[in-house]
Amino acid sequence: MSIEFVVHDAGDSVGVVVVEGVQAGQALTGWVMHQDQTLNFDVLDDIPIGHKLAITDLAEGDTVIKYGVDIGRVVQPIKKGEHLHVHNVKTKRW
Amino acid sequence: MEIKGRKFMGYRRENGRVGVRNHVIILPVDDISNAAAEAVANNIKGSIALAHPYGRLQFGADLDLHFRTLIGTGCNPNVAAVVVIGIEPGWTNKVVEGIQASGKPVAGFWIEQNGDHNTICAASKKAREFVQNASEVQREECDISELWVSTKCGESDTTSGCGANPTVGEAFDKLYEAGCTLVFGETSELTGGEHLVAERCRTPEVREQFQAMFDRYSAMIDRHKTSDLSESQPTKGNIEGGLTTIEEKALGNIQKIGHKCLVDGVLDKAETPDKPGLWFMDSSSAAAEMVTLCAASGYVVHFFPTGQGNVVGNPILPVIKICANPRTVRTMSEHVDVDVAGILAREINMPEAGDKLLEMMLRTANGRFTAAEALGHREFVLTRLFESA
Repeated sequence: MSIEFVVHDAGDSVGVVVVEGVQAGQALTGWVMHQDQTLNFDVLDDIPIGHKLAITDLAEGDTVIKYGVDIGRVVQPIKKGEHLHVHNVKTKRW
Repeated sequence: MEIKGRKFMGYRRENGRVGVRNHVIILPVDDISNAAAEAVANNIKGSIALAHPYGRLQFGADLDLHFRTLIGTGCNPNVAAVVVIGIEPGWTNKVVEGIQASGKPVAGFWIEQNGDHNTICAASKKAREFVQNASEVQREECDISELWVSTKCGESDTTSGCGANPTVGEAFDKLYEAGCTLVFGETSELTGGEHLVAERCRTPEVREQFQAMFDRYSAMIDRHKTSDLSESQPTKGNIEGGLTTIEEKALGNIQKIGHKCLVDGVLDKAETPDKPGLWFMDSSSAAAEMVTLCAASGYVVHFFPTGQGNVVGNPILPVIKICANPRTVRTMSEHVDVDVAGILAREINMPEAGDKLLEMMLRTANGRFTAAEALGHREFVLTRLFESA
């Protein structure tokens, strides 16, 4: 089955879009690589290839998990299906 | 694919090490000898000049690294012979003597009291002799365990972490079992995943050495930083490709060391390992700097995963590009040696992708030009530690 995004681990808060031209409102299928499961939901933003979408609702101050590990902190609330990037997530280092 | 016990056709050097290329290099000791070195390489077909911007008034550890990098580059088994050119005899001879220890043909020339013309003439005569002799050296069958393979990624994006880097990890796990000598590095680019590398160190001593190198590098960044480094690390290209934080980039980066291999030891920049296994080299995360250091450490084939399309090469070290981003594979196909975009389309699995890379590694070791070699990418970039005296 073709997929539009991948998730490294079932506990992650983000998926990575792996096809070009994903548009707001599109129904997407995701592949959870580690557990070999699939996920389905609607994306809320246009998302370029390689960019991330939240696969769970996140509040300001929450930790973003990818590969099962902390990759940064949320600096403004993000809904499931929204674009997650430098505008709403920052490093906890440096 | 079973890689253990596989053979390839390499060049066996005087010191027993095996190379996969047969370069005659014209090596300037310093910036002001570049013109003469390039003139010699222009005169003598089949030789290459390794121009660089440094080598004057350096001191202490920075000077040690300069010599270690030049001598290591000359000693690399991908090099058949070396012509060294410097402004004066002292440092020129230091580089010549360092390379002589490998047993390979090397000769030094200096410009003061000779001028460019006479230096170029004398060095060209020697380079011609070296090139003609090198052209008769034959490849011979070598065991895979004699291959030294380095890795460093560049212009990474999120597809690097889920496609191209784990492909290298698959290959590294197999090469490790086959007894190869491997290296990874990029100290700052482990930030956020350094605990995972520490857990992979074979002994508590190696773990302590690794942690000390990581902590020193982090302190250097803290000392000089004027922001959270957004746009420097991750780079603008990384961010364009979807990577958000250094932690995310680091976790993708460390996929390159696979799952099974352990970190057997640590290396200072351009230091040569003394036994097979996986080594961590304390090094810059900038592509050309790190690949240059790998070549100076004696590595003869390099795995370079990219997401957004870093085009780096090296004058003596074949750089194999691996890419899992379908857009980059489409728009920059001339730079991609191993296309693993099929992983993210679920057309191939990770072990298949790893085997595809190993197959290309064997072909490259046997003599196939990489994309970077065919395109003439010969970035030779020396790492500096601090200001000149």
